[in-house]
Amino acid sequence: MARARPSHLDTVVAPALALAAILAVWEGLARALAVPAYLLPPPSAVFAAAAHDAGALASAARMTGGAALIGFAMSAVLGALAAIALASSRLLEKAFYPYTIFLQTVPIVAVAPLLVLWFGPGLRAVAASAFIVSVFPVIASTLAGLRSVDPGLRDLFRLHGAGRFATLIKLEIPSAIPSIVTGLRVASGLAVIGTIVGEFVAGFSEDSAGLGILVLSSYRQLRTDLLFAAVLTAAALGFALFGAVNLASSRLLRKWHPSELDR
Amino acid sequence: MPHRDKLSRKLAAKGGVRVLLRDVKRGFTTGVEAIAGLDLDVAAGSFVALLGPSGCGKSTLLRLVAGLDQPDAGEVAVGDDHERPSIAYVFQDPHLMPWRRTLDNVALPLELSGVPAGERRERALVALAQVDLADAAERYPRELSGGMRMRASLARALVVRPQLLLLDEPFAALDELTRHRLDDQLRALWIELGMTVLFVTHAIGEAAYLAQRAVVFTRRPARVVADRTLDLPRERSFALRAEPAFGHEERLLYDALVRGEAA
Repeated sequence: MARARPSHLDTVVAPALALAAILAVWEGLARALAVPAYLLPPPSAVFAAAAHDAGALASAARMTGGAALIGFAMSAVLGALAAIALASSRLLEKAFYPYTIFLQTVPIVAVAPLLVLWFGPGLRAVAASAFIVSVFPVIASTLAGLRSVDPGLRDLFRLHGAGRFATLIKLEIPSAIPSIVTGLRVASGLAVIGTIVGEFVAGFSEDSAGLGILVLSSYRQLRTDLLFAAVLTAAALGFALFGAVNLASSRLLRKWHPSELDR
Repeated sequence: MPHRDKLSRKLAAKGGVRVLLRDVKRGFTTGVEAIAGLDLDVAAGSFVALLGPSGCGKSTLLRLVAGLDQPDAGEVAVGDDHERPSIAYVFQDPHLMPWRRTLDNVALPLELSGVPAGERRERALVALAQVDLADAAERYPRELSGGMRMRASLARALVVRPQLLLLDEPFAALDELTRHRLDDQLRALWIELGMTVLFVTHAIGEAAYLAQRAVVFTRRPARVVADRTLDLPRERSFALRAEPAFGHEERLLYDALVRGEAA
């Protein structure tokens, strides 16, 4: 008997209905209770603001999206390379892994001024902030993946005289891909958060007025509707990046990995 | 066609090699002795069952012979010193790479020793046919049954035309019928290819059915408690299992196992 597969209709329609319900309740409450628009604008006002300032919103989204993408790509590449280097020797891992945790615990808001000093205000500092916030999950999960290779396969590679490079390329990295993908999923959301935080501190430059700057300027003008529109756009960016990682993951893994089967 | 000639020479059986262990000792870092002074001489091309209670050090012995582990003292010699013998190892579990199709799993040992892709494919297909798995070449391991995975694992061992085939309780997890089929297949391949076979098992019936000679070990640290050349015909079939001679051999091996437990 074939198991009933969840239909695409369900996966699209159900969340869409939930969103419509939430928006309706929000709209209704905002109107019924006559909440001042600077505290909580109704969704209709948010959409109106988004339409009115569509140009500013789009250019800010491009800036933020670009910086987040650069930070995320750097996390993916440098994080994975760092993990491969750490995995190459127990001593190296013991010596340096504790300091990668520093990346996880460092308060980015406190470090961001330093980034401005180093890179100057603008895209480079913002992307660096996105990188710092999002790299740790990539390192940690790649390392975990590289470490959890089937020992029987390791023996097989040794028995047939595989060198370190062949073992890395043909065994360790393919084994680690499912956990690398998990790390990238976490990193995708964090990269956008890191970008916005970076913009708060380091985004004041002509060429890099991203969504973080738009949030700050709408706040100063008490344009809460535009502020909401900017926040929702940032969330949508994170969502899109997460979706892209998921898509890549199912492309890579659907043939063999349990997490992607029967979707 | 010269290409065909070359390929058929590579596919040809290379016979077996002698395996010689002299006063081999191996302990674990925990201080437990796995093997404490073991001598064993296995003639080239013979089929020897290594029988003993679980955890007695049989697997350690096999790993030493494979060169996956080094003895603390004593000597392990496989073949003569002139040529590096080809050794294949079949583990307790299939240990296939889930991200590779069956054919590419079977071809892995050839890939690691730098055999060109076209020849790899041809030789892997031959090995798959030898274990009746030609149909599964393009399927992923998760699409195979447990018995088929084990056969793929056996094909991966045969693909290098091993002069020494090491098997570590390879069929223990399979159902009775599948196990008997694989036993017969393994014996047929041994008769065809003439390699030396060391077969680790804790199943008395399987040892008696498969091997020419059975070596029975004590509990850890492993010592030889009995070493018998089985008085059974070279050609074996299921009917043999009901013969008095077979029952007699089983009885002798059983007694030896009991003595080994008490030792």
